[in-house]
Amino acid sequence: MTDTYLVLKNLTRNKLRLVLNCFAILIAFLLFGALGSLQHAFTAGIELSADNRLIVVNKINFTQPLPIAYVNKVRAIDGISKVTHANWFGAYYQDARRPMVGLAVDGDSYLDIYDNILLSDGGREAWLKERQGVIVGERMAHMHGWKVGDRIPISSNIFSQADGSTVWDMVISDIFRDKEPSADTNFLLFHYKYFIETQTFGKDWVGWMILTTEDSSLNERVAKAIDTNFANSSTETDTSTEKAFNRSFLEQVGSIGLIITSVIFAAFFTILLIVGNSMALSIRERTREIAVLKTIGFAAPRIFGMVLAESISLALIGGLLGLGVAVMLINGASSNPQLQSMLPNLIVPPSILIQALGYMLALGLITGIFPALRAMRLNTIDALNRG
Amino acid sequence: MSQKQLFELNNVNKSFTKGKEEITIFNGLNMSIKEGEFLAIMGPSGSGKTTLLNLLGGVDRPTAGDILFRGSPINNLSEGQLSKWRAEHIGFIFQFYNLMPMLNAARNVELPLLLKKLSRSQRRNSVDTALKLVGLEARAGHQPSELSGGQQQRVAIARAIVSDPTFLLCDEPTGDLDRATAVEILEILQLLNREFGKTIVMVTHDPAAAEYASRCLHLDKGEFIEKDLAA
Repeated sequence: MTDTYLVLKNLTRNKLRLVLNCFAILIAFLLFGALGSLQHAFTAGIELSADNRLIVVNKINFTQPLPIAYVNKVRAIDGISKVTHANWFGAYYQDARRPMVGLAVDGDSYLDIYDNILLSDGGREAWLKERQGVIVGERMAHMHGWKVGDRIPISSNIFSQADGSTVWDMVISDIFRDKEPSADTNFLLFHYKYFIETQTFGKDWVGWMILTTEDSSLNERVAKAIDTNFANSSTETDTSTEKAFNRSFLEQVGSIGLIITSVIFAAFFTILLIVGNSMALSIRERTREIAVLKTIGFAAPRIFGMVLAESISLALIGGLLGLGVAVMLINGASSNPQLQSMLPNLIVPPSILIQALGYMLALGLITGIFPALRAMRLNTIDALNRG
Repeated sequence: MSQKQLFELNNVNKSFTKGKEEITIFNGLNMSIKEGEFLAIMGPSGSGKTTLLNLLGGVDRPTAGDILFRGSPINNLSEGQLSKWRAEHIGFIFQFYNLMPMLNAARNVELPLLLKKLSRSQRRNSVDTALKLVGLEARAGHQPSELSGGQQQRVAIARAIVSDPTFLLCDEPTGDLDRATAVEILEILQLLNREFGKTIVMVTHDPAAAEYASRCLHLDKGEFIEKDLAA
């Protein structure tokens, strides 16, 4: 027998209380794991944004187009090293209810700016010379079972061709991955020329521009210069860093971070009260036993440690179970193709696991510290004389 | 039997405050206990029997005066030192057994051994020996709730002697037992005193129980009236 055995015996002596407490903690950590992973999925793009990358969109709204002539005008502004553009295609494959991310881009300049996109040897050249060529992220290719050379019909829920068709035939030139393994590769890129020449919305516009500055310290000056340049024109621009753009895009959905933090805080506060009260009650019930332990020679700090270990064990058991359920839920959800296309980074990231472990320890300490102090300071004589 | 002094109480005062009133239990109490003695302490309720036991066990401290154990004062030891001292020298036996309900008999007996640096096999041997001595080796795996009052008290005695303490402090050890069971428990205590040389201090209300002791002190209003039962 060891102190650990005593701690476990005390922990499991009231099975119903243990189950109920563990369940309460499980719920808190299930919420934390699942909501924290959702938050991570929403914000993953922001974290991976390059510091010197700026996005130029129509000032009215980012869904409104920009004249293609702006690309060269922007390129002429001091402090800019590269410029490219992209168009949202509103792509889907076979099933319109399962949208996917597909962009019509100027291949060469786009790959120059997004140098995190890694193609196979000769893949870039193969794509650039194939008018109907498309490069597909490895995650998307894996989901659909596509391989290089496959002909795939990609439809648009926005655009149509002159003949009324909404389907564009494409050939997979290469499958790319990202320098950053956790980055989303669930999208495809095809040629702007192929798109703009076949769709019916006009031929002199782009969706938005992406540029890199020579140094991130120039970002503010460059952004101001671009917007000033197009001020009072028929199409004014709004330039921001890629990080800020992604963040403001997310904020349109709502303050996800605030919602998630509020839910987690409410859950933790409630659990803190429930488990804290339960631990205090449990130690109160054992007053006489603690007095006996002290009488036979167990030192007060040792008893303090045993009570604290009990509350930390309780938090760890409930917390790890909750986290386990969260991992199963998130893994299950992320294998759903529809959800995967909406939230490609939906995983339980290691940072959430580490944070959760920290919170478990904190929960155990906070709920255990007062009962442990009470046990440590227990007056042996009073406790023994109590019926 | 050795005649060395085990305990000496010199001018011990003990008082405590209850509300605004100060209650004096002992005022200049003197006594000594020799090694190997079986001392019974009797007296009416509120006479200070349990307080004396607590003072001897280092669970409580005197308001004034000295308590010497083998010539060294224990009343100025720190809490931590007193814990160690209790673990090394004292075995406690309570009226209501005070066993840990979630531990079986053997584990209950093993508790004091957690305070000593012993291997698992050494601990197991000591537990087996203690349980054998009280005749409960067959009940080692039973939970306290599966044992009778007398059996629980025997487990408590085994717990008190397992670490081979210098003396045993027994607070009404037969107070919750029927006569036949009480006799069994007292015979075990007598055996521990006579055969194993354990010094025993037993508080009791029961004159029949006190007859098992070699000396009986009657405590009344914080003062002793001695009766020698050895003869």
